[in-house]
Amino acid sequence: MPGKTAEEMALDQKEISVAEFFEKNRHLLGFDNPAKALITVVKEGVDNALDACEEAGKLPHLKINIDDLGENKYEITLKDNGPGIVKEQMPSIFGKLLYGSKFHSRRQSRGQQGIGISASVLYAQLTTGRPAIITSRTDENSITKRFKLKIDTINNEPEILHEEELDDGFEPGTEIKIVVEGKYLQRYHSVDEYLKQTAIANPYAHIEYSNPEGENFDFRRAIHELPPEPQEIKPHPYGVELGVLSRMLKGTESNKVLSFLQNEFTRIGRTSGEEICRLAEVDPDKKPKNLKHNEQERLLNAMQKVKIQRPPTNCLSPISEELIKNGLAKEIDAEFITATSRDPEVYRGNPFQVSCGIAYGGELEERETEKVTIMRYANKVPLLYQSSSCAITKALEKTDWKRYGLNQPGSNGIPKGPAVIFVHLCSTWVPFTSESKESIARYPKIVKEVKLALQESARDLRRHLSRKRKGKKEKRRKKIFSNYMPLVLENAVELAGDGQELTIEPIMKRVIDEKLVEEVEEGDEDE
Amino acid sequence: MKSSWKRSKKVMKMSDEEISNELTEIGEIIIQKVRENEVPSVQIPSRTTSNIVYDENLECYVLGGKRTERSAGNIRHVKRLAQMLKVASFCKNELMGTERHVTKRELYYISESWGDKLKFKTQDRSDDLVEDIEAMIGKPREDLKINPKAKGSIYGDMTLKFKNPKGETMAVNCLDSADGQSIGPRTCEADIIECNADKVLAIETDGMYNRLMEENAHEKFNAILVNLGGQATRATRRIIKRINEIKDIPTYIFTDSDPWGLHIAMVIIAGSAKSAHINERLATPDAQWLGVTASDIADYKLRSDELREVDLKRVDELKNDPRYTKNDRLVQELEKWEELGRKSEQQALMRYGFEYVVDEYLPAKLKELGAPGF
Repeated sequence: MPGKTAEEMALDQKEISVAEFFEKNRHLLGFDNPAKALITVVKEGVDNALDACEEAGKLPHLKINIDDLGENKYEITLKDNGPGIVKEQMPSIFGKLLYGSKFHSRRQSRGQQGIGISASVLYAQLTTGRPAIITSRTDENSITKRFKLKIDTINNEPEILHEEELDDGFEPGTEIKIVVEGKYLQRYHSVDEYLKQTAIANPYAHIEYSNPEGENFDFRRAIHELPPEPQEIKPHPYGVELGVLSRMLKGTESNKVLSFLQNEFTRIGRTSGEEICRLAEVDPDKKPKNLKHNEQERLLNAMQKVKIQRPPTNCLSPISEELIKNGLAKEIDAEFITATSRDPEVYRGNPFQVSCGIAYGGELEERETEKVTIMRYANKVPLLYQSSSCAITKALEKTDWKRYGLNQPGSNGIPKGPAVIFVHLCSTWVPFTSESKESIARYPKIVKEVKLALQESARDLRRHLSRKRKGKKEKRRKKIFSNYMPLVLENAVELAGDGQELTIEPIMKRVIDEKLVEEVEEGDEDE
Repeated sequence: MKSSWKRSKKVMKMSDEEISNELTEIGEIIIQKVRENEVPSVQIPSRTTSNIVYDENLECYVLGGKRTERSAGNIRHVKRLAQMLKVASFCKNELMGTERHVTKRELYYISESWGDKLKFKTQDRSDDLVEDIEAMIGKPREDLKINPKAKGSIYGDMTLKFKNPKGETMAVNCLDSADGQSIGPRTCEADIIECNADKVLAIETDGMYNRLMEENAHEKFNAILVNLGGQATRATRRIIKRINEIKDIPTYIFTDSDPWGLHIAMVIIAGSAKSAHINERLATPDAQWLGVTASDIADYKLRSDELREVDLKRVDELKNDPRYTKNDRLVQELEKWEELGRKSEQQALMRYGFEYVVDEYLPAKLKELGAPGF
């Protein structure tokens, strides 16, 4: 049989809409199985809500309710106290995939890739056929609007089924209600755990949650102040790739290489710009568009060699040590909590920053022989899946925990002990390993930073454990002397039939306080 | 006959009152220190191997001069000191002046009643403390009325006087019991009121002991027969020593022809390392090993087995043991075993019939060693 011609083939090829693509590739977006889908729906909604509240400068207050409708169907209702959405945008935000402004931004946000909430709407539609119900009100003086909508998957456009205005005292903010097919699980991979971890990383948020079994959770605020809002920035010269540089050179409005460097990158001033050009042997007055390939390469190399300030940190919204400690303390009744926040670093031109925390003992004591619990976060969003491929897990496994007092069979791998280890990475662009945003790519620079952060916190843990051991030893010593010294006298009296009037208390006190006799390590302690 | 028979206090049993006084002294040391506002402690002869030395004069292992301090001010000692005083107090107040004896195992269980703080976690801890007290007062635990195992038995014309468990004084002739008088705590410290024998013959195995009883060996040789039943217990060693010294009669030891049999004899002669702190009261330096010797295997054409690796290793160990090195005869025997590579049992003599051992073998051996009446 003769092959098809290109013309014939072209007849078969047609544009695939994003929505259609999603339909066939839902696993890429975190909807690969019913249990995970339920978490993803909540996650997308929570991410959006928290971003919206923070952007509007409001302390977030989220109410989440999941009802079990039977036959693996769940109704999810998520309400926030954010700024609300103007009527014109409501259908697009919820009914059009890849709608939003976050994709091209170099500012840290949760829903970085912007596939977001509309994917949940589509998922609901695909699994239960039920439309999403969106209700929003911008402030006390405006009218509440409600849309019932679906997504037209062929054209990637919202399809409004019903719209109305309400005046029933709906509190300002946005509410989404969707019905999806899912599966509710408990323990590690669960909505409960996801929200608990979210509450820890966002201790300024108040999250009320009612799970399908009717249990109510109230994750209260530990802090009543929002962290500073992250600013948008330009790329940092360190780590930029040639392709990116090349595209920037073509697209710039600057007329000279020098001004291009100064305008399009952060932290390059006149002096460093000139030095880059000199080192690259590129004419600073040349038109950026006219740089030849080898000139671009030289420019890139020079950019890496010149000493340039770290990227500004106001584009990042790290979780401060204080916030981590507060977050862990409010949800975990531990005996010891510490946290570390590293200085920002750069990978491939993107600033990132790592912070971590360790909670040890207390209510965790019963998990003495289990592996520690790892809480991974990227831009304040908990990562529940694909732990083993994540840079955070890798750094944790490569850390020598025995040195710091945790049990680590074979000196690598996840340590064991009554501990929760919290690691947060924030960046203007988190390098996820897939679109479902569950695992951070293992860039050496990132792994290294995570490891350094962990080691810093681990040193605090070691100090704590050694103090505790010392205290325990001291206590035990005191107990042994106070148990047995009176018995020495008592039995000597019984044996000698003499000395009934004596007391050993003063001698005992001296022994305990002054260590009168050298306590050699040899011998049998008999305890 | 040798003129070195020692008659000394070593063979005399301490009275309960004397033991009580010794124990009381330990308590007094503690009381005295507390009175002087000092941290209470006692000195205990060290029983570590580095302090066990072979005494050439006494011809047995004894403790050297090293002492360790057990102090109430040491976290690692205070519990054991309290327990030691409790054990001493228990012996003094519950056992002395009574007819009661306890075994080491009983003592371990009795400690349950002393409360969680003082009770022993394992029996080796209580055994160890008993040995500490033995070493401190220089007396075996039998004197504290903590009994060794009763294993051996004794048969022959000898009358012993002791108090029975009810406290009644009674006399028993060792011929009056069908299988011999068993050697327990009361027997081993009994008064020997009459002994018409002129030698003691100690036998390793039950089988040979029974054979000699049935063949009338005690009468033929005018001997007291002692059944060791393998390695001799402290009680058996004690009565052998006491007969030897009090009655001034020689002791002969009849064992299998292998290094283990020879060493059974040696422990009776020179004591064991483990009982170094009281060997003076247990060892019978004048006792002699009669056989079956290595040379006997060939001389009497005894049925034999090959020496195993553990046997040869044991031979090697014994050749370097100070108890053997100065005894040319025994060293030669050890070398003979090595050379032959064979060992034999006492009962191998049975190939010549029931009477052979009493009619031929033992008379020849006793003559060789210059026993009385041969």
